[in-house]
Amino acid sequence: MGNVTTTQPHLEFAAPRHETVVVSTLRTTGIGVFLCLLGVLCALGFGVDVGPNVVASFTVNYATSNLVSAFTVHTEWVSIALGGLCLLLGIFLIIRPRFRFPVILLSVGFLATLFCLLMWAQRSTPDLPMSLGGFVTGSLSYATILIFGSLSGAMCERSGVVNIAIEGQFLAGAFCGSLVGSAVGNAASVDMGYLAGGVAGIAIGALFGAILAYFALRFGANQIIVGIVLVLLATGLTGYLNFQILDVYQNLNAGNVALPIGIPYLDQIPLLGPALFDQNVYAYIADVLVVVVSFALFRTRWGLRVRAVGEHPKAAETVGINVIRTRYKSVILGGAIAGLGGAYYTLGLAGGFSPGLTGGLGYIALAVMIFGQWRPYRCLGAAALFGSMFVLQNYLQVYNTGINNALLVMLPYLVTIVVVTGLVGRVRPPAADGIPYSRE
Amino acid sequence: MRVELRGITKTFGSLVATDDVSLTVEPGEVHGLLGENGAGKSTLMNVLFGMLHADHGEILIDGEHATFRGPGDAVRLGIGMVHQHFMLVPVFSVTENVVLGSEPTRFGQLLDYRKARARIRDVSTQFGLDVDPDSLVEDLPVGIQQRVEILKALNRDAKALILDEPTAVLTPQETEALFAIMRSLTKSGRSVLFITHKLKEVLEIADRITVMRRGKVVGTTTPRESSEALLAEMMVGRSVNLVVAKTLAAPTDSVLQLHELRVIDDRNILTVDGVSLDVHAGEILAIAGVQGNGQTELVEAITGLRKPVGGTVVLDGVNVTGASPRAMLDRGLAHIPEDRQHDGLVLPMSVADNLVLDQHSSPVFASFGTRKLSAVREHASEMIEEFDIRTDSSQVPVQTLSGGNQQKVIVARELSRPIRLLVAAQPTRGLDIGSIEYVHRRIVAERDKGLAVLVVSSELDEVMALGDRIAVMYEGQIVGIVDPSVGREQIGLMMAGITPQSAATLESSAS
Repeated sequence: MGNVTTTQPHLEFAAPRHETVVVSTLRTTGIGVFLCLLGVLCALGFGVDVGPNVVASFTVNYATSNLVSAFTVHTEWVSIALGGLCLLLGIFLIIRPRFRFPVILLSVGFLATLFCLLMWAQRSTPDLPMSLGGFVTGSLSYATILIFGSLSGAMCERSGVVNIAIEGQFLAGAFCGSLVGSAVGNAASVDMGYLAGGVAGIAIGALFGAILAYFALRFGANQIIVGIVLVLLATGLTGYLNFQILDVYQNLNAGNVALPIGIPYLDQIPLLGPALFDQNVYAYIADVLVVVVSFALFRTRWGLRVRAVGEHPKAAETVGINVIRTRYKSVILGGAIAGLGGAYYTLGLAGGFSPGLTGGLGYIALAVMIFGQWRPYRCLGAAALFGSMFVLQNYLQVYNTGINNALLVMLPYLVTIVVVTGLVGRVRPPAADGIPYSRE
Repeated sequence: MRVELRGITKTFGSLVATDDVSLTVEPGEVHGLLGENGAGKSTLMNVLFGMLHADHGEILIDGEHATFRGPGDAVRLGIGMVHQHFMLVPVFSVTENVVLGSEPTRFGQLLDYRKARARIRDVSTQFGLDVDPDSLVEDLPVGIQQRVEILKALNRDAKALILDEPTAVLTPQETEALFAIMRSLTKSGRSVLFITHKLKEVLEIADRITVMRRGKVVGTTTPRESSEALLAEMMVGRSVNLVVAKTLAAPTDSVLQLHELRVIDDRNILTVDGVSLDVHAGEILAIAGVQGNGQTELVEAITGLRKPVGGTVVLDGVNVTGASPRAMLDRGLAHIPEDRQHDGLVLPMSVADNLVLDQHSSPVFASFGTRKLSAVREHASEMIEEFDIRTDSSQVPVQTLSGGNQQKVIVARELSRPIRLLVAAQPTRGLDIGSIEYVHRRIVAERDKGLAVLVVSSELDEVMALGDRIAVMYEGQIVGIVDPSVGREQIGLMMAGITPQSAATLESSAS
């Protein structure tokens, strides 16, 4: 009994219990295997397949600039080299399954594969150079709308309400943006039109958000169903009004696109400069929104409360937070962001409204949000990935790849399914996501 | 702070949850609120905390009328509550949870974590509540999570603290630590309302005890004037037998053998880590342990609901590791699941259908893919008779039955087949004393018929009452298997992971 001191038994509970995580490295290993497969695909499928003496040519800068900065590469050897790189990265991950940033290696492998694919696509048309600058710029244009959408989704779902109506808010924002933007643009100046159109998009998006919030929060209706109904409503309504108004008074669908504003010096950076620092005002707003929403959600009192409401509404209620009011605000705000995204689509990208022009991007935005794990910066990366898939699909249609165009159009959606089911693994949405709240 | 409730009545539809309840908590006292599940304790406390609005009655704080539109108002008036199901956000840090709702900020909105952390450290040193402000709540054991809840209330300067069934998830030693905290709270002039259905605990810690039954106050007493038997009688309304009558076990052949069983849970964490057990026919092996130490996964592995990652399960000499639940049932397994409403019954389905859930396709109850409804109905009336299930008819949805009668439906279903092994997980959780008596008697009767019985319970009283041998589980392992005669104290220490040998030494050195 001498060496057994009378320790206070309860002190021992202060140490967190040790937990043995059994399969935590499985995902990293999986990514490693996937990288190896990409490597084999690049080397054999894109490299050896085309045979020797085939070259591919690219231009770096904007499609508008001349071809001085064009360069030519040997398809087979470069593909084999990049394939080897993918293999090395994959093997590294398989050997070191505890490596902490597998997604970075995956991104590198992804870009390498993409480049090989672009070279391969040119195999029968070597004298038609491909614009890499255009590829990047185009990807970011699509990414911008997806950023608006995924931020909207994240905003709502962080508070516990699923906003599946993003597509509808896009359409409504696109329609009102074009209508109001054109009307004000005709009456006052084109720049005032862009401002008014943006405000109109925000307003109509917020209105759709408010309708969703009203049914979901006031009546506890199924959020998915209300969301789908809102998409159908927006599709039908904008289609009808387009027929009744925009088709008749075509100056109300003027088709002006906001001009890019270059940031001096930065827009001279090859490849990325024009894409990142020579965008129009809406796209800059999207980038700023990523920073603002992230800061607001994770650094402010308001964000802490929004997240608490989305994770454990009852806990929030017991410390005096008004759950319903917090959700209303978030959903309306999320709707406003999506509405602005819609306005960007007509006033900053497409130039005018046509029925159904967003073509399901609102749903892809939800996939972006999931892939981005409800975090704005990660959503940004995910949006870039999905955006590049849309451009890739456009590019591949131009070149004679031997793949049917109807199949190519499916590419972004196919990638969505693969990414959401396979690569994302088990993500953790806010715990109370989509569950109506009621006291007792 | 003096808290007074006067004539509180709250109804839900036709159910009168609290009926004209009055109660006074004096400053600096621990007031025990005792009652069975469904007696109206939680409703009353939710009214006091502003979560629910009373239909009639008034609340006085230090003699002043108070009206609560929500918990925010109650918090502002100095009432804090530690809920039975913790009101903590699992993915938030301790700091974030404690300051939520009263966050210190800079520039209006920016969270000031440094200030928050300092404030938490202040409060925790003042009351001896040791926690790391930066750990995530989901990584903390429940005992510490509870401290976070108490910190949360104190950080808001609570003068009266409501603790709703706080000991349900604690080891006896953690309970002692909680009592020490409660004493330091009352010493500082705060009052504590301690809600429980555990007689021993309320006698130990409370200054005064109010007993509720079926929504009404039966009476108020002090520990000195009362005893366990007296309190139990007040709670139930008749005298109750607190011990389970059973004879010495006569174990025969080994029925269930577990060898080095390893099971992972949904989060891929190894929660059962090399468990070896042997359950004989004619004995009750009880598994004690604080909730969440792997009992759930162990039971799931035995019953075929979860595939083990290692080790073997042998039933009657046949290796059944990883067999399907159907195969296990066919081999003579009966299972009373721990969450009866979720896993044990299909609530909207009728009593009769629930009674044949496991045999609905057997030739007795179905032929050529068509159910024999008259046989099902006949079977139901037999079971209702034999197991004394109180229901209007066998055709009403099982969810209309009381908790005790729902459990009887499960017991009846599981015992109405030829079986070899009964696995009962938390068989009396949330039941009234009458039903507890019934279930216990039934389990002992099955043992006496020669069944092998494995009982899993986090209630030490139940384990002590039923077990012929007691296996204590801690962090996925069996700390030891002991005879119930070693006493509560030692089993309590084992529940905290202290092995029988060192537990025995600790005891002797303490005394």
